[in-house]
Amino acid sequence: MHLDHTDHGPAALSADAHRPDGTRRALRIGLGGPVGSGKTATVAALCRALRDELALAVVTNDIYTREDAEFLLREAVLPPERITAVETGACPHTAIRDDISANLEAVEDLEDAVGPLDLVLVESGGDNLTATFSKGLVDAQIFVIDVAGGDDIPRKGGPGVTTADLLVVNKTDLAPYVGSDLARMAADAKAQRAELPVVFQSLRSEAGVADVAAWVRAQLAAWRA
Amino acid sequence: MSRAALLVLADGRFPAGGHAHSGGAEAAVKAGRISGAASLGEFCRGRLHTAGLVAAGLAAAAALGIDPVALDRAADARTPSPALRVAARKLGRQLLRAARATWPSAELDALGREFPKGAHQPVVLGLAARAAGLGPVDAAYCAAYENVSGPASATVRLLSLDPFDATGVLARLAPEVDRVVDRAVEAARQAVDGGVDALPAASAPLLEIGAEAHAGWHVRLFAS
Repeated sequence: MHLDHTDHGPAALSADAHRPDGTRRALRIGLGGPVGSGKTATVAALCRALRDELALAVVTNDIYTREDAEFLLREAVLPPERITAVETGACPHTAIRDDISANLEAVEDLEDAVGPLDLVLVESGGDNLTATFSKGLVDAQIFVIDVAGGDDIPRKGGPGVTTADLLVVNKTDLAPYVGSDLARMAADAKAQRAELPVVFQSLRSEAGVADVAAWVRAQLAAWRA
Repeated sequence: MSRAALLVLADGRFPAGGHAHSGGAEAAVKAGRISGAASLGEFCRGRLHTAGLVAAGLAAAAALGIDPVALDRAADARTPSPALRVAARKLGRQLLRAARATWPSAELDALGREFPKGAHQPVVLGLAARAAGLGPVDAAYCAAYENVSGPASATVRLLSLDPFDATGVLARLAPEVDRVVDRAVEAARQAVDGGVDALPAASAPLLEIGAEAHAGWHVRLFAS
């Protein structure tokens, strides 16, 4: 064994705030939520909104394909070397919560390969309302639901809706067509989440992802402070 | 030695990345070689006496303190498939992270510096056992058992197999796991003085071929 590699210590174990060379690592933000709620579309929009001001990269956790990663590549929201797909053995919630080792390695490899980075977005594969990210993997998490998935989801609560640092209610433009009551969703979310923020968003509107991007900037400012 | 430490290391929920791998079961299911509990049993038996025996020998040898660099080379020599080498190193890297957090040790830190992208998983497993205060027999048991428990739990997901049947397969293999561990530990003890060539070198060509095909699939549930 070569024990003389004293230039820096062994690799980080978990959510250590510093990299082995002593520099502060990138802020990690997780995006979870049910299948089809618009997680990948939100990630793509965030990349377009932030890529000129921040050094960023994305890790996807697809369930059985590389489709989310390939969507981001096809849309060319970031150069391909800044997007990594983690394979999850049919269980994205395991890879983001119970056994985060593959995701930690993906994040660290991205920082080694294209860093230093300001921000890494970790997207979960679509899962159920109980899927949350481990604090050992991300510093903050966004839970994305949509109005077409049923306007009773905020009322039902669950760990994602109740505890995520930001709740995004997506596809508000569809509300009139699917009979979803946005005011009721807002009131239910308020009841479940107290002071935690909620953003109602339509990526087809002019504002697009602006509110979520502003929240991300605020998280980054707090991380750097 | 703490018997409970063995349970921690052998627990399927030990966060070392195994849940994303099927141990060749996904390729075997697609090829029709696993279609139910009986053929899962045959698959696991074949795997146990080949890949399982090799992994158990490497893990026992690492637990005995044999140079991990030499053991990693021995593992490469016993793993013809590049896809399986990649998977073994990936899992080794993930296991090392979990082991270093669980049982901090200078030997594990040194292994991380020597293999920043991962050593073969059974080598890491043996050193993790050592760091946990366990011996070569325990390390070999962990390696042999996870060689069959991984494919069994993957098959429950792949075929919606009755989980009681899958667990029954593992229970019926237990006496054979004992024998494989005996052989592996005996070989590892010989390797202390005789070198790593004394370690088992059984191979399972269909596992190697299946792993290469599987790595090229576009749609799959498991990483290997």
